[in-house]
Amino acid sequence: MNGSKSLHSKIAKIVRDIPRSGIRDFFDIVSSREDVISLGIGEPDFVTPWHIREAATMALDRGLTSYTSNMGLLSLRRGIAQYVGKKTGIEYDPHEEVLVTVGVSEGLDLAVRALIEPGDEVLYHEPSYVSYNPLIQFAYGVPVAIQTKKENGFRLTRQDLEENVSEKSKVLLLNYPNNPTGAILSKADVEDIAAFAIERDLIVLTDEIYDELTYDREHYSIISVPGMRERTIYLHGFSKAWAMTGWRMGFTCAPPELTEAMMKIHQYTMLCAPILSQEASVEALKNAETDIGMMKAEYKKRRNYIHGSFEEMGIPCIRPEGAFYAFADISRFGMTAKEFALKLLDEQNVACVPGTAFGACGEGFIRCSYATSLDEIKEAMVRIARFIEKL
Amino acid sequence: MNELLNLLKQNALETPENLAKMLDMPVDEVRAKIAEYEKEGVIRAYQAVVNEEKLDASLVTTVIEVKVTPESEGGFDRIADRISRFPEVDSVFLMSGGFDLLLFIKGRTMQEAFGFVSKTLSTMPGVTSTDTHFMMKTYKQNGILMHTGEDDERLKVSP
Repeated sequence: MNGSKSLHSKIAKIVRDIPRSGIRDFFDIVSSREDVISLGIGEPDFVTPWHIREAATMALDRGLTSYTSNMGLLSLRRGIAQYVGKKTGIEYDPHEEVLVTVGVSEGLDLAVRALIEPGDEVLYHEPSYVSYNPLIQFAYGVPVAIQTKKENGFRLTRQDLEENVSEKSKVLLLNYPNNPTGAILSKADVEDIAAFAIERDLIVLTDEIYDELTYDREHYSIISVPGMRERTIYLHGFSKAWAMTGWRMGFTCAPPELTEAMMKIHQYTMLCAPILSQEASVEALKNAETDIGMMKAEYKKRRNYIHGSFEEMGIPCIRPEGAFYAFADISRFGMTAKEFALKLLDEQNVACVPGTAFGACGEGFIRCSYATSLDEIKEAMVRIARFIEKL
Repeated sequence: MNELLNLLKQNALETPENLAKMLDMPVDEVRAKIAEYEKEGVIRAYQAVVNEEKLDASLVTTVIEVKVTPESEGGFDRIADRISRFPEVDSVFLMSGGFDLLLFIKGRTMQEAFGFVSKTLSTMPGVTSTDTHFMMKTYKQNGILMHTGEDDERLKVSP
């Protein structure tokens, strides 16, 4: 037995058994090439607005380099409560119901770990963000993927839920506006799901990181439905709408018992979110409406362009109403999503992510991010059109 | 309809087909709207934003604050219009505050600009004083950064 093999056997089974993310494999291939136009990037192409960066610089000048309260700066928690109140009409107490986390990623991990006991089932919808399934497994929960369908515009329906729920179901994890499909839910959809959660006594985790980024109608949060605030952990953060991915700033809003439970894990693992990022986020909540409006207008124009281009090419693609992804149906070309993406990269130097990276039901789709300059999108669309002509 | 104008302000060379796609409206409607803007003078011209510093013989920009005596009829408009008609005058604005008109003059040399100020502008009836500044460097113009922007440091693929 060689050294690496014996080390491998020492790694916890649960970690060993989880495969590497499909995105990472693809990333390695794309990184080895020059001059790629990438539609594979899941973060804004904008740099954080200048006044937010200034606030962080000033905080550093003032010598703010310490820990903060485990929960996060009170000024930030107050700002968050106010922001969420304005968006959803639901009030949270900044003293015991708001927790500042290191990105929504940490918030999700805390929420899942705070709730799940071995064998508990977590319902979530696929195609989905890549970390949901592994996070549930790391917490010894059982991930139950509900496949949303193109015919339904990738919306989660009550029927989908009924087909997948069991006695062991404890948590329902939602993500709308959705990565990777760009789908959003109507108020009626949300009310249906809420009624189901109440009937089945499920705790809902709602990842609303893209809530600002909808282009035709407002996002409606499940916490706004009467009876849901009491059973929901609302997760949000600054990465997307404020273009602050690298600051790693997220937050949760939840009833005191749930917040306290998440807080226990947070204080012993993370202690607190970085103070400079928190100071920047205080500024982000105060003065960024214009910046968000500007970025949103830019995404909308690109959304229209990319969607219009796919239509012209005869590649079906539901009109993405939120986030910044188009989920295009390439099934008619007789290739798997991965084959299509690799061939497209090889022949035209355009990178997009195979739908299967987001769950098995993403087969036959590619995710194209429009968080990339319009010039690059235009060129990418020309290349994709050229590519499919030869197929 | 300001969305169309915003797009044209960002890139006046954008084709009507692309504009139509971005605005999700028929291309004929886009063409008609642009023609209407041009006819009504909402769109006055299409110009390139040039980084003069990249050119071998770059132009010298002079900024002049001018105090004038307004006329009993026409106020500032008549004199502002007279000044505007000189071809070396690039822009003219009426300002509040310590002076009245703000002028941007483009010339090949400082002497040329100085000649315009001393011979033409200062001697013009109604002009009571001038304060001349030479522009040293352009960092941003018409919303466009004149130096290269930040590189895209993002990972090429991310979830």
